[in-house]
Amino acid sequence: MSAVAANYQKLQDLGVEVISVSVDSHFVHKIWNDEELSKMVEGGVPFHMVADQAGNVGRAYGCWDESQGVELRGRFIIDPDGVIQAMEVMTPPVGRKLAETIRQIQAFQHVRATGGKEACPAGWEPGKPTLTPGPDLVGNVWKVWNPSME
Amino acid sequence: MSEEEAVSCARVSSSVAGDPSSETAAPAESSGKQEVTVMSVRVGQKAPDFTAPAYRKGGFTSLKLSDFSGKWVMLCFYPGDFTFV
Repeated sequence: MSAVAANYQKLQDLGVEVISVSVDSHFVHKIWNDEELSKMVEGGVPFHMVADQAGNVGRAYGCWDESQGVELRGRFIIDPDGVIQAMEVMTPPVGRKLAETIRQIQAFQHVRATGGKEACPAGWEPGKPTLTPGPDLVGNVWKVWNPSME
Repeated sequence: MSEEEAVSCARVSSSVAGDPSSETAAPAESSGKQEVTVMSVRVGQKAPDFTAPAYRKGGFTSLKLSDFSGKWVMLCFYPGDFTFV
């Protein structure tokens, strides 16, 4: 979570609010922030740290590991309408790559800004060409996009 | 958005909108039959709303996901505080 905290400004610039969830109480979140995370990230954790001690939230999102009594590493991108646009759930021993989440957020924001008229091909990043789905594009994607552009 | 909460020793738990099993202290039915609410999430569908205690920048609050309506949200679950990855 410290990686997210360190890049919080980047997320704020994109208008993204961050909410983290674990089974620890809000009291434990405070001590983790004060004793450890604030030593990794200047100013400590800037976002909301939710306490889900009973696992109710994790269960609702399919991120609850019943046998261990912990949350799995779940990450959800929720749009301004409250709709889940992307999700990823990993088992605990491997950490995430925030840059990929940011890329996905930028792509979903781009699609939304065009009212869904444009689509972002594989590996899209801001500044790269998008696709405009329609009758003319059918069978002609090869003319405007190929895997080397990823 | 989220209000400052009074700190007490009572264990405040999280609850999910529309999930009766997560609502507080509902007496168990004596029928012996347990209702299990299976909820699932899917992309393209509404994110389940929830209310839960939270910590942010020195204060304790009650956070409701739907209060963030109109904003992009990155919701991240992780196994626990003081873990290594």
